[in-house]
Amino acid sequence: MTVTWATHEADYFDRSEPLVAGVVVDDHEIAPREGWSLVVRAGRVLTLVDVGGNQSGDCLIYDAADRDVRYSVQATLAAQRNAYLVDGAVLRDQEGHPLMTIVGNEVDRQDTIGGACSKESNTLRYGHHTLFHHACRENFLLEGARHGLGPRDLVSNINWFMNVPVEPDGTLGIVDGMSGPGRRVALRAERDVLVVLSNCPQVNNPCNDFNPTPLRVVVTDPAVAA
Amino acid sequence: MTDDLGAGRRSDTATLAQARDDARGRADTAVEAMPYLPPATSPHVPADVDPASLVWAETVAGPGYTHMTVARGTRIRLEDLTGDACAHVVLHSALNPAERLNVADTQKIPWQAYLGTGHPLLSGDGRVLATVVADAAGGHHDAFCGVTTLAGNVARYGAGAAHTATAAGRELLLLAAAKQGLTARDVPPSVSFFKGVRVAADGALDWTGGGGAGATVDLVAEMPLTILIANAVHPLDPAEAYRAGPLRVHAWAAAASSPADPWWGATPERTRAYLNTDQYLLARGIR
Repeated sequence: MTVTWATHEADYFDRSEPLVAGVVVDDHEIAPREGWSLVVRAGRVLTLVDVGGNQSGDCLIYDAADRDVRYSVQATLAAQRNAYLVDGAVLRDQEGHPLMTIVGNEVDRQDTIGGACSKESNTLRYGHHTLFHHACRENFLLEGARHGLGPRDLVSNINWFMNVPVEPDGTLGIVDGMSGPGRRVALRAERDVLVVLSNCPQVNNPCNDFNPTPLRVVVTDPAVAA
Repeated sequence: MTDDLGAGRRSDTATLAQARDDARGRADTAVEAMPYLPPATSPHVPADVDPASLVWAETVAGPGYTHMTVARGTRIRLEDLTGDACAHVVLHSALNPAERLNVADTQKIPWQAYLGTGHPLLSGDGRVLATVVADAAGGHHDAFCGVTTLAGNVARYGAGAAHTATAAGRELLLLAAAKQGLTARDVPPSVSFFKGVRVAADGALDWTGGGGAGATVDLVAEMPLTILIANAVHPLDPAEAYRAGPLRVHAWAAAASSPADPWWGATPERTRAYLNTDQYLLARGIR
């Protein structure tokens, strides 16, 4: 079987532009398979661009001032009483308080129940021959370590541009994505937050269309004109 | 001596001798929510369990919490006595608390969002912490919504602190964790037994209620395990009043899962999860 580890450039790539206007305070392209992290100040908006289409961006969010306060999928889903993230969704910490809000979204729905891939879970899902495939949990640990975070700080995450339907009998899993080149999601920080991203390296399921591609991160400050 | 007899005072307690007699006179009181020691003396031993095999017997108040570290092969039965309990559970490996319940993997690896008989409760390290080996609660469980929060319960019930009658599940889990030397970092998403949620086609989370009085669920510890349990209202419980009835726990020495158990080979993903777990313990000399 031929494995495509990553595509760094292609004529169909669309790097788009920020979804919310304002001066650009940060602009970074996350190469395929890499991790990235940044602090987004309260009020600023992070636009994540799916440059190559159907590229999962695994994401964890922490209160920048107290990393014990972090994204909670369960507090988020219980509050909105829905399993999927759409425009307007409030991303909450474990106490139910807002960390970020989705203020723009160009995909039908975003996933937060599929979790992150890991070398170890790859052995369960695809067989022990995949143990040495790079994985999001590796990126989370490496990026997290730069901020003093470790395995105790990893929790269920968000997967931007990934598609995880739940069928009536409870069957759930990752299927072909609903995104495309240049599609975006925009997140407004409700306080200073640390955002840890993994450009998903998975090549054993459709979460990256079996071909990891770049993600672009642009942070704008709507309070300051571009 | 004072004439100010407190409402709960039963005898004179002005001297140390009196106070000691008073304290000791309280010891034989039996109430609904309490541990039973030694466990074999539990007044509620399940009919299918040899009392001599019991390692833990307790009735947990609603709201209330408990926690225990148990050996591999321990079978833990939770019972919803009145139909009003909700057991929010977090699991940690007793060998390494950084290895703990991963709800996303618990749903994703088996390709199944709903907990039922044979469902593995997975860590984030590709191993099985525990298996749901019996479900007499009709599948009324939930892995989506987690626990209630202090702020949420203050808004909804007027109070949510651990000492109140409407305690938030998270407040109780944090206390259970603290007793095990763990902190807020160590309390990840949890699973809830005895109150169910289903996902509608549009993603809506629909409440399905509970399994009724006497509903039980059995877990088997697949490795040395620390279990944290908060018995507290479910976040989507539609009842106007806070709902949390007593939760009974019995645990006894049994056996970890083996290839003879149907869930071991139910799917290839689960088989590999058990193989990873067994090899990990084999290397450490744990049988």
